[in-house]
Amino acid sequence: MPVNPEAVFVGNQTTIAIEPFVVSLKTVIPSVQSSICHLYREHVFLLQNAEYFTDFHINIDKVGGFRRFYKSQVQFKFEGKAPFKPLPYSQAFPFFEWGLNWCIANHSFRHLLLHAAVVEKNGQAVILPGQPGAGKSTLCAALVGRGWRLLSDEMAMIDLNSTELIPIVRPVSLKNESISIITGFVPDAVMGESFLDTAKGTVAHMKPPVSSVQNASLRSKGRWVVFPRFSKDSSMSIEPVSRAKAILDLAKNAFNYNVLGGRGFETLCDLVQACDCFRLEYSHLDEAIDFFASLANDA
Amino acid sequence: MMPDSPPLIISLLINPATAGSLSLSQWELLVRQARCAGLLARMGFLLEKQGINIPVQPANHFTSAQVYAEQFCVSLQWEIRLIKNALKKVDIKPVFLKGAGYFIANNRAALGRVFTDVDIMVDRDQLDLAEQALSAAGWMPSTTLDAYDQKYYREWMHEIPPLQNYQRGTAIDVHHNILPLTCRHCPDSKKLLENKIDCNGDWLLSDIDRVIHSAVHLFHEGEFDLGLRDLSDLDLLLNEFSIQEDFWVKLLQRADELNQQTPLYYALRYTHLILQTPVPEQILKASEQQSPNRINTKLMDALFLRALMPDHESCNDRWTGLARWLLYVRSHWLKMPVYLMVPHLLRKAFRRVLGKELH
Repeated sequence: MPVNPEAVFVGNQTTIAIEPFVVSLKTVIPSVQSSICHLYREHVFLLQNAEYFTDFHINIDKVGGFRRFYKSQVQFKFEGKAPFKPLPYSQAFPFFEWGLNWCIANHSFRHLLLHAAVVEKNGQAVILPGQPGAGKSTLCAALVGRGWRLLSDEMAMIDLNSTELIPIVRPVSLKNESISIITGFVPDAVMGESFLDTAKGTVAHMKPPVSSVQNASLRSKGRWVVFPRFSKDSSMSIEPVSRAKAILDLAKNAFNYNVLGGRGFETLCDLVQACDCFRLEYSHLDEAIDFFASLANDA
Repeated sequence: MMPDSPPLIISLLINPATAGSLSLSQWELLVRQARCAGLLARMGFLLEKQGINIPVQPANHFTSAQVYAEQFCVSLQWEIRLIKNALKKVDIKPVFLKGAGYFIANNRAALGRVFTDVDIMVDRDQLDLAEQALSAAGWMPSTTLDAYDQKYYREWMHEIPPLQNYQRGTAIDVHHNILPLTCRHCPDSKKLLENKIDCNGDWLLSDIDRVIHSAVHLFHEGEFDLGLRDLSDLDLLLNEFSIQEDFWVKLLQRADELNQQTPLYYALRYTHLILQTPVPEQILKASEQQSPNRINTKLMDALFLRALMPDHESCNDRWTGLARWLLYVRSHWLKMPVYLMVPHLLRKAFRRVLGKELH
């Protein structure tokens, strides 16, 4: 497991196998290099002379001009072009993560992509769609800390033919209070640096477990769709949701549903047909995790 | 004249059948160049037609772009219908230009072509009415345009400021000509409208005028991000129409009538030189002689043969940046007289420093 930037970055460039993609990253920024080495250390870094196909070529560059001296900034570039405005220099690594989300969401129309976390136990996956503030990443990190396999904390990637869920195992992105909640709940979680004052508040990443990374080529079948909602001081409630309603809500949270048209609709219907759907309101992680454990045990 | 080894994507546009022998790293380079040139979907369709067996990783990218392009056509069809309905209320029937025109005519140049604005043309007298009808239907001028921008468009240009639909975000460029009014070689728009054709109930420029418009657009352009895509459009249009009787002669005649001899010459020269479009030798010669400007071929080759390559690091040499910059200045030189151009470019440069200008 390489953890040393000199071993991973050759000429400030590295290539990471983030299944099902291969990503090339070029950056001179030390904090990005060290975060990559820390949070992606279970992943495979590809050697430069090997024969493989790189899907996304990304640069994280320091912005030049007067910004070199005053409130320095970083720019994310995909194929030499910058799809976003620059961000403060300190947010270089989260910029890579967001930018990679953008690359995947905007260039993969062979699969249905939903904005949702996906975890799995005993070959059965739970899809956690992510309305803002719903706490999908918190739940996802907590479940992963309790032995569920991580498929993705950001997007459910669904095969259009088989409706299987395809893992894209990457660090779990946590925001604000959920950072300390998870470090408390999962004491052996390996966390990255905390990035303050981003557009989403403070952001920190949890390294995915080695077993999830190693099983990243193993697809899974959807079994449950759970719409989480974190609601302080409330007692936990679980309500069944009709499949029709679940389909509509998932479509609203999709990245590329509009592009896939009829194919997307049919795939979504087939996926949800095989799932039990719930709305989960929770205030205590323990209770929520027990609910998921009971789902898995009863199945 | 061409660099010794043209970029991979160019050899594949010329002959897609050769893709069968590509290595995985060549496939990667092809995908990257095609993406930067806006040709990923078109390349995918061309490879599909050849029955090329694409390895799964590059195939993902081609297929994704093709899926997107196909969905784009569905949305475009809908958008065209809404535009027609909005203008019908004031009895205006627009002429669809460029991408929307190729799509309606089912030209080969519509293949895998994804774009942001629908371009339409109306008579200059109908411009105000068309704008009102479109804004009543939800297409509004951008609120970020200041008084200067408004004046720039309305007094000097061949189109009004772009209109954007407040719900769908789709944009329309409403033209009354194909070149700015301040342009030295601005054609008489009446001549274009006189020759328009009816295609299943929609109006388009005639086949030949569509070629000329495509040439005019590309060779007055200041930005060449999609230069190769536009050159490929020209290649496909020329190939498609070349079987028509006396096509080449009529094309030259029409360029003469519309005052567009020089852009047509460039179109013929560079499609032939870069994409091996089968332009007859005597037509190329006649086209050069017909141009009223003395063309410095060596200089223009040095500029266009660089700027028309994909905007990708693998296709640049150390002069590419300079060539693109010179062509940017040239586009303004062609567009407006010096007394307008100098203050205009200074203002743009100043605003860029302030971060207000994105172009």
